[in-house]
Amino acid sequence: MRSGNLLKIAARSIARNKMRSLLTMLGIVIGVAAVIVMVAVGDGAQTRIREQIDNLGTNMIVITPGSSSAGGVNRGAGSFNRLTLDDAEALERESLLLTAVSPVIFTHGQIIGGQGNWRAPIMGVDTDYAVIRDWPVSAGRWFDQEDVRAKRKVALIGATIAEELYAGTDPVGQRIQLRNVPFTIVGVLAEKGQTAEGSDQDDVVLAPYTTVQTRLAGRSFIGQILASTSAPEQIEAAQADVRLIMRDSHALGDWEEDDFTVRNQTELAEAAQGTTEVMTLLLAAIASISLLVGGIGIMNIMLVSVTERTREIGIRMAIGARGGDILTQFLVESTVMSLLGGFIGVATGYLGSALLGRITGWDTAILPHTVAVALLFSAGVGIFFGFYPARKAAALNPIEALRHE
Amino acid sequence: MGEPRIIEAEGITKVYRAGRNEVPALRGVDLIVAPGEMVAIMGASGSGKSTLMNIIGGLDAPTEGSYRLNGTRVDGLDRARMADIRNREIGFVFQGFNLLARTSALENVELPLLYDRSGRRRDTRRLAREALAQVGLADRADHGPSELSGGQQQRVAIARALITEPALILADEPTGNLDSRTSVEVLALFQELNDQGITILLVTHEADLARYARRLVALRDGLVVRDEAVPDRRRAAADLAAMPELQEAG
Repeated sequence: MRSGNLLKIAARSIARNKMRSLLTMLGIVIGVAAVIVMVAVGDGAQTRIREQIDNLGTNMIVITPGSSSAGGVNRGAGSFNRLTLDDAEALERESLLLTAVSPVIFTHGQIIGGQGNWRAPIMGVDTDYAVIRDWPVSAGRWFDQEDVRAKRKVALIGATIAEELYAGTDPVGQRIQLRNVPFTIVGVLAEKGQTAEGSDQDDVVLAPYTTVQTRLAGRSFIGQILASTSAPEQIEAAQADVRLIMRDSHALGDWEEDDFTVRNQTELAEAAQGTTEVMTLLLAAIASISLLVGGIGIMNIMLVSVTERTREIGIRMAIGARGGDILTQFLVESTVMSLLGGFIGVATGYLGSALLGRITGWDTAILPHTVAVALLFSAGVGIFFGFYPARKAAALNPIEALRHE
Repeated sequence: MGEPRIIEAEGITKVYRAGRNEVPALRGVDLIVAPGEMVAIMGASGSGKSTLMNIIGGLDAPTEGSYRLNGTRVDGLDRARMADIRNREIGFVFQGFNLLARTSALENVELPLLYDRSGRRRDTRRLAREALAQVGLADRADHGPSELSGGQQQRVAIARALITEPALILADEPTGNLDSRTSVEVLALFQELNDQGITILLVTHEADLARYARRLVALRDGLVVRDEAVPDRRRAAADLAAMPELQEAG
């Protein structure tokens, strides 16, 4: 039997029971669509996260107050604030591996300047912050060591604020009031985009930490300390180094837990990645269950089909079809059916991931090999679940099959 | 080995098992059919004629005995080889026509060629058209079975049987579902084909139909009880001419 004829027989049989075939394919359609969306979203999220990690800065280490677990009891990070400027100075002074260290003091408040007012986070940082976050200015200049030492009221504004308050004008050199304290804008930060969590990094004002502490925050505790090494290989050693220096700086006894947390960029990324992994896992579960159920559906329908067409099988055998011919005929039919489901699934998945890409803003590109794998998989399901009914058909006794009503 | 033979069956027995009982259907049947014969196999139900037909047709294997079809030993072959023998050497014509539903007459006739492994016949469509023309249905090629009368369906089945140029046409109660006039028409076709040298085996329980064959073999209780030439053989064409003209009924 030529393949053209086999395909024709299969197509005819599927077309004869359109509704039935369609319902049978549904499981495969959902399964394949889920696979396509899963891979597209997974790829998109992966790319996105990688971009964001690079975006965070280079070889960054983050020191935050509080420990994730203290003596088995999680007190929550920041539940008692014990990061000080002394810690930052100690790190700068004592670590040989850290090439840049910057305290970060978080506050926020009303900003008045240019064409109106705005509310945004204000961060007090050191000049090293530019290196750690890999964040240059697009206009003007970064504030320098002299500005920090002299606690000058100079500020850098993010691209969003430049857009909101100084649209159409050059903000450099202009006045800006941060919580009613007048500052001079010395530069505009280059655009950085969103974080993994979706917050706008460009909606920020940076000022020397010394100025922020004395003029705005009035606290000696700081939100976090950022540091970086010159090469990624040194991060682990630097982290250990940081821990020792911090423990020493906090005068912790041997029996005491760390009252700070040291994490690197990769660890931050892993946390973000966890979310997409759950989503991917969920979709993978849906996909495999759906393919399994779809496969069983195909097997069921093929068994029905074999029974319905017992007489046809008898006729074919009487005029010379071998068992193998009958087996092939039914296998082709189940495979065509699941492949068709696969094609519909690919189309559905394509639309689904395009839609999801729109909503999330992720780049949900569908790679050709994903489509190939999905189709191969659905063909595999057709062959696997079609085999038992096909073998049953092939094993029929022609005499009894011909007698079947 | 002397003159050529289409069927050469010796000491054929067939025993069916029903639980612990053994039911003999054939108890030693010898049958030799030469090329060009038209043999009617007669018998009441339970006589073993269906069993004999299945064995001759290569659908079933005898319990004992040897069977050669057109010189090929058939008993002892595996399922696949049996299928090939059926495809190449036998053309079946059944009582219930057994055409594939929702499949055109042309495609039904073509079907055996699609299972031909020798690949001898390439132009299957043209051959199918010729076979349909041979049974007078060239203009019905694209009709499905449901659009054809019973007599036309049986002629399509005969065309399907002819297309592989088999050694033997095996017709099992070919007129069982047809009215008397159409039955005679079908028999006229068989006689015409037989006159062209095609060997035909006609299995029937109707004595009337057996009179159109050249030779009559009667079975009873699994044994051949009569094997003789048909005296004053009837010609279906002549009978048809004598019949009043009727509209063909399905």
